[in-house]
Amino acid sequence: MTAASPADAATVTAPAQNPAARVLIRRHHLRWWETLPWIAAVIFYFAYPDYLGFGSELLITILFALSLDLALGYAGIITLGHAAFFGTGAYTVGMLSFYDIWTEPITGLLLAALAAAIVGFLSGLVLLRTRGLTLLMLTICTMALLQEGANMARAYTGGFDGLPSLTIDPVLGRFEFNPLFANTQYLFSLAVLLVCFVFVRTLVYSPFGQSLTGIRENVLRMHAVGSPVRRRLIICYTISAALAGIAGGLWAQTNAFVNLSALDLDRAATVLIILILGGYGRLYGAFVGAVAYLALEHFLARIYPTAWQLGLGLLLVFIALFARNGILGLGDAMWRRYSSRRAVS
Amino acid sequence: MGFITDLSSILLGGLAAGTVLFIVSVGLSVTMGLMGFVNLAHGSFAMFGGYVIVLAMNQAHFGFAAALALGFVATAALSVVLEQSLYRRLYRAGELDQVLFPIGRIFIFIAATVLVVGPESQTLQLPPALGGQLNLGFIQYRTYSIFLIVVGFLIVLGIWLAFERTRIGAQIRATVDNRRMAESLGINVDRLFTITFAFGSGMAAIGGGLGAEFLGLDPQYALKYLVYFLIAVSVGGLGSVAGVYCASLLLGVLDFALKLYLPKGGTIFIYALTILLLLWRPQGLFGRKET
Repeated sequence: MTAASPADAATVTAPAQNPAARVLIRRHHLRWWETLPWIAAVIFYFAYPDYLGFGSELLITILFALSLDLALGYAGIITLGHAAFFGTGAYTVGMLSFYDIWTEPITGLLLAALAAAIVGFLSGLVLLRTRGLTLLMLTICTMALLQEGANMARAYTGGFDGLPSLTIDPVLGRFEFNPLFANTQYLFSLAVLLVCFVFVRTLVYSPFGQSLTGIRENVLRMHAVGSPVRRRLIICYTISAALAGIAGGLWAQTNAFVNLSALDLDRAATVLIILILGGYGRLYGAFVGAVAYLALEHFLARIYPTAWQLGLGLLLVFIALFARNGILGLGDAMWRRYSSRRAVS
Repeated sequence: MGFITDLSSILLGGLAAGTVLFIVSVGLSVTMGLMGFVNLAHGSFAMFGGYVIVLAMNQAHFGFAAALALGFVATAALSVVLEQSLYRRLYRAGELDQVLFPIGRIFIFIAATVLVVGPESQTLQLPPALGGQLNLGFIQYRTYSIFLIVVGFLIVLGIWLAFERTRIGAQIRATVDNRRMAESLGINVDRLFTITFAFGSGMAAIGGGLGAEFLGLDPQYALKYLVYFLIAVSVGGLGSVAGVYCASLLLGVLDFALKLYLPKGGTIFIYALTILLLLWRPQGLFGRKET
C-alpha cells in the first residue's frame, strides 16, 4: 500500500495525464451541433409566428422531459409520478396569482421550483429507500395523493374545474404576458429553458453527475467505493423536482389556468414516453422526443385520433424492440454502422 | 339490525369487486415474480378477453360459461403468440425499454378496439339464473356478487393446490424464489414462463368478462384500472397468490366503502394506505425479502 501511494499522488496532481480525467474533461466541451436546437428555436420564432403558442408548449414539454431525464436517465430512478412536481409548480403559480398574492413571473417560477423541491425532497426522503416496482408504485401513489388532495381542497384549488384566468405581471415590468402575446411567452419560455438546460448540462458533467451515472450503472459498486448513494439520489430527485416545478409553473403562466390535468397519470406517462422515445440519459433526448411526439400529436391526433393512437403504439413497440434507447439511440447505432463500414473500405 | 345489514352489504359488494381484481391481477403477479417484467399492459388482456366474452354472448348467443371458456382460450392463445414473437426479445432489455413496450401495446389495443368494435362501452347481459337476489338468512343480496365471491374462492383454492401439489407449481415457486438457481437445476424457465403467461392472461380475460357487468368495458379499460392492478400486485407481493388475493379483497372492500361514504375524493385513503403499506413492507405483504 505504502509503495503505491506516491504513484497515486502523481496521478491525482496531474489530471491532464490521467486518461480517465481527460475523457471526462473532453466530454464537457461544447460541440458545434449543440447550438443547433437553439438556432432552430430562433428560426421557428421568425418562421412560424402563428404557431408560437404551440412552440411554448413544446419548450415547456422539453423542460419537463429534461427534468425527468436527470432523475430517470442519469440517476436511474424509475418513476411514473413526475407530474406530482409539475403539478406542484403549476398550482403554486396558479394559486399565488389567482388570489393576487404574487404575480411576478420570474420570481413566481422560483417559488414554484421551491415548492416542488420541498415536495420532491420530502417524498424522496422516504421513497428512495425502495426500488423497482415498489418505487414505481410509490411515485404513482404520491402523485395520485396530491391530485386527490387538490381535488378535495376545492376552496383553495378550485377542485375539478381548476383556477381560470390567472393574471401574470409583464415580464421585467415591460413585456405584456398573457396568451394574447404569444411571442413574449415563447421567448420567455425559451430563456427559462436555456438557463435550466445550461444548469442541467453543467450538473451532469460534474463529478456529482458522474456519480449519479455510477449509481445507475452499478449501485453495489458505488456503495463499495464509499459513495453516499442515498444522499446523492435524494439531492438529484430534489433538483429534478424543482426543474419539473419550473416547467409546471411556466405551463400555468402561459396557459393562464391550472387544473387537475397538471397532476394526471396521463401527463406523467406522456413525459416518460417522450423521454424514452427521444433517448434517456443523454440530455438531447428530451428535445428530440418532445419535438417528435408533439408534432405528431398536434398535426395527426386532431384529424385521426384513432390512427394516432395506433401509430403511436406501433412506434413505441418498434422503438422498444429494435431501437434501444430511443430515436437518438437509433441514430447512434446507424452512425456507428456507417463509420465502421467506411473504416473497413 | 341496520348496522349489520350495512356492514355485510359493504363487505359482500367489496369482496365481489376485490375478487374480480384478484382474477385479473393474479397472472400479472406470478409472471412478474418469475421474470421481473413490469407488464403494464396486462389489463389489455383483460379487456381483450372481456370483449371476446361479451361479444360472444351478445352477437353469437353463447351461454355465459361457454363464452368465458372461449375468452380464456382466445386470450391465452393470443398471449402465447405475443410472448413467443415479441415479449421474448425484451427479457434481457433494460427496465425502461420493458416499460415502453407495454405502453405501446396498450395504445395499439385501444386503437384496435375502437376500429374493430367501436368506441362505445359494452354491456354484459347476465344469465337469468345469476340475475336476481339471494336470501342469505341475515341479508338479501345480489346473487351475482355472491357467485363471484364463491368463484373467486374456488379459483384461489385451485391455484393454491396447483402451486403446492403439482410439479409445475413447485417449479414456479422455485423460480420465483431464485431464478438462477432454478435454471441451473435444469428447470426450463422460458417454457415455464410461457405457460404461466398464457394462463395468467386467460385468467385476466375471465376477470374482464366477470367484471364487465359493474366495471364496464370500453377501449380505455386497461388504462383506467391500471393503477388498481398494480396496487394489488405490489401490495400483495410479487409471485404470491395468497398475497394478491388478500390485497385485492382489501382494496375491493375499501374502495366500495369509500365510494359509498366519501364519494368525493375517498380514493385518497387508498393511495395513502398503499404508500404506508409499501413503506412498511417494500416487498409487499406476503412477498419475500430479496436476497
